Amino acid sequence: MTKQIHLAAHFPGVNNTTVWSDPASGSQIDFASFRKLAETAERGTFDFFFLAEGLRLREVKGRIHDLDVVGRPESLTVLSALAAVTTHLGLAATVNSTFNEPYELAKRLATLDHVSGGRAAWNVVTSWDAFTGENFRRGGYLDKSDRYVRAQESLRIVRKLWDSWTGDDLVLDQASGSFAREGAGAFADAGPHFDIRGRFGLPPSPQGRPVIIQAGDSDEGREFAAAGADVIFSRHGTFAAGQTFYKDVKSRLAKYGRSDESLKIMPAVTVVVADTDAEAIEKAAYIREQQVSGPTALVLAELLWGRDLSAYDPDGPLPAEDPVVGSSVTQGRVGYNDPFPIVAEWRAQAEANGWSLRQTVINQQNRQTFVGSPTTVAEAVNRHVQENAADGFVLVPHLTPGGLDDFVDRVIPLLREYGVFRSEYSGTTLRDHLGLSR
Amino acid sequence: MIVGLEIDGAGADPAAWRGAEVDPRAILTGALAVRAAQRAEAAGVDLVTFADALEAPEDVPEQVSVRLDALGLAARVAPATERIGLLPAITVTHTEPFHVQASVATLDHISGGRAGWVADVSTSAAAAEVVGRRQPVPVAETWREARYVVDVSRRLWDSWEDDAIVRDAATGRYVDRERLHYVDFVSPTFSVKGPSIVPRPPQGHPVTAIRVNTPAALEAARDADLVLLPDSEDVAAQIQALRANQRQSAAGGRSVGGGQSAGGGRSVGGGQNVGSARSVGVTADAAGRAVSVTPDSASPDQGSRPGVRPPESDTADRVAGVSRSGPVVLVSVGVRPHVDGVDGLVAAVEEWVAAGVDGVHLRPGSLELDVPVIADELLPRLRELGLVGAAERGGSLRGRLGLGRPRNTFSGSAR
Repeated sequence: MTKQIHLAAHFPGVNNTTVWSDPASGSQIDFASFRKLAETAERGTFDFFFLAEGLRLREVKGRIHDLDVVGRPESLTVLSALAAVTTHLGLAATVNSTFNEPYELAKRLATLDHVSGGRAAWNVVTSWDAFTGENFRRGGYLDKSDRYVRAQESLRIVRKLWDSWTGDDLVLDQASGSFAREGAGAFADAGPHFDIRGRFGLPPSPQGRPVIIQAGDSDEGREFAAAGADVIFSRHGTFAAGQTFYKDVKSRLAKYGRSDESLKIMPAVTVVVADTDAEAIEKAAYIREQQVSGPTALVLAELLWGRDLSAYDPDGPLPAEDPVVGSSVTQGRVGYNDPFPIVAEWRAQAEANGWSLRQTVINQQNRQTFVGSPTTVAEAVNRHVQENAADGFVLVPHLTPGGLDDFVDRVIPLLREYGVFRSEYSGTTLRDHLGLSR
Repeated sequence: MIVGLEIDGAGADPAAWRGAEVDPRAILTGALAVRAAQRAEAAGVDLVTFADALEAPEDVPEQVSVRLDALGLAARVAPATERIGLLPAITVTHTEPFHVQASVATLDHISGGRAGWVADVSTSAAAAEVVGRRQPVPVAETWREARYVVDVSRRLWDSWEDDAIVRDAATGRYVDRERLHYVDFVSPTFSVKGPSIVPRPPQGHPVTAIRVNTPAALEAARDADLVLLPDSEDVAAQIQALRANQRQSAAGGRSVGGGQSAGGGRSVGGGQNVGSARSVGVTADAAGRAVSVTPDSASPDQGSRPGVRPPESDTADRVAGVSRSGPVVLVSVGVRPHVDGVDGLVAAVEEWVAAGVDGVHLRPGSLELDVPVIADELLPRLRELGLVGAAERGGSLRGRLGLGRPRNTFSGSAR
């Protein structure tokens, strides 16, 4: 049977994917931008709309990074508002399990789930570092090695709270005056990180409980997802890497008694569509140039080298020094554990092609995943899904809020023609869209 | 005068959900709240508050024992309304201050400058046990901490100057980081580095409201933009006491974080200023509801602690163009106009206004039955009396309340 594709829309944010300098780029803050992109995603019958989270502004060399989008509104509040202006689209919030308490998470997410009629999802992330912790009561209290311990426990308890009401606990009998079964929502739990008890004040939503999304890629992250997530938001957008990741993660499900269909793998990808493949390739190159300005090229190179490279000309040759491992030149973003082979590869490519530092960054980093005519893109997307490199994709547009228009207007109709993507929603909840059991 | 409305389940009456006119499922979908807010807005009500507590409502069989998170509900209501102010109750005793301020700022962004919050505390064992991180905290301590949270929230809202986003393609800079500021806030129980993750909200500072239900809450009310006073026999004395309290506070320096005194010296923890201030006290009835507020020279403990960073300036400095001297004061009163009629309510409102309150905060017994009466009968009567203005007023919530837009405390600061 032909696999059905799952699609999500990511409101682009604080990295150099977003080309904020483009004249077509709207506000990153105004609710109108969020609404417009969500409406486009819903018109395209996407599964869900995805928001990332910020807990501290990024810094480079001890100063706030100012070249990319900085700041954003808080996810759950934006999504609760989007629930008012959409009807079917899933609403996925990234919320950290380290700097939030399970009870509060359960309450806020369950509220989103109720006011949206069963469309909420929680993307569980696990920042642990002291840099982020400086904005919170407990600071950097968690070792990196404990972050998934806390995340696992947190997720288990949040689910326990969501499940603390059984099917017929909510009585709502106006005649007899019985609102709920007495004792509904009672919970207690004690573990290494939490020792809590009380009553949870929200019954299950129409989809039972919010969908769980997980984005980690480490071995621990993969195991965490296999044990309890409904969706993995991965970084492996290329075909071969996607297939390898897919096989690895799906093979971990059996030991948790789960089927392959119970966990959807959805890499984050970018798409460039134009009338012809040649035009799309040209457009993609132009977008890359906008995404990697000279100053941005230097910052990205500093992340790799672990050194201050401000003395270098981005249009000149690559830095001659060796990279430094574990430096704190950049903060609040993921660095490289082993930069040496990457630097060697960059040097080899730069020499072979006569590239400047900036040209090297442009050519070596994060090229657009799907580039081509509508037919080329639709066929590629479909091939990835049918041949198990993914179950679908989270699309990350480079523009807000119009960055999905081309895909929705020109690629989605083809996917519908192929019979691999819905023409209308068959259910009302996010679990319905994802084909997950309630 | 200002008219506010409280949204809490199906209404303040525990039996309200049983009425034939109520679909109890609409409590959970938010539909009941949306309809009440839309009715209130159309009638010219200025603001709605959304009741909440950290812990679940009491598990009493005949009562509504569920409650949506007030912030999420207010956000759901925001796009469904256009002019009315939205103030969810948010408790701060167990919740991260950084999250609280980011959420309220976001509500202000998505509502186009109509947001506020009713800052509240959690003193119960039940609230402590659902989070499990701290023991139950005595009420005075919770309010002292809440005042630090209010303080840091305003600093974080100011941590982005209004024009921090420059989107300067020529230099490649999205923000001017000289206009972003670390708050480096340290209180006895928490610290926050900053800046906020959310750009400065449209109102500068969303409206901070405090419900006065304990003496400690009354102390905290001196920091508020909006005060919800309990209905009592002696509203005039309450107002007088509160205003005296406020004047003393303004004259002596600012509140909890210490406040910079008029002479420019920094105080620590507020103690040195407040100690000399004439304060007020509240007595509570057996049910815990505050029933009277009287002048009282005994000031609640201000918790002077070393090492506390005081605010950079007091309210008088921070609020430019303010058209009021103190907070907006509303009498918060439970009403059932569909049962009791509106005449008595109109008379009470006239008395309160004569006593100097700025308006009323109505807690309808039933949202479905009482809000239409408030909208269709009470508001027109008050309008006839010249007490309320036209229903179509728009603009920011601060503007509606006659509060100026606060100047940014960090403007021009090098930090």
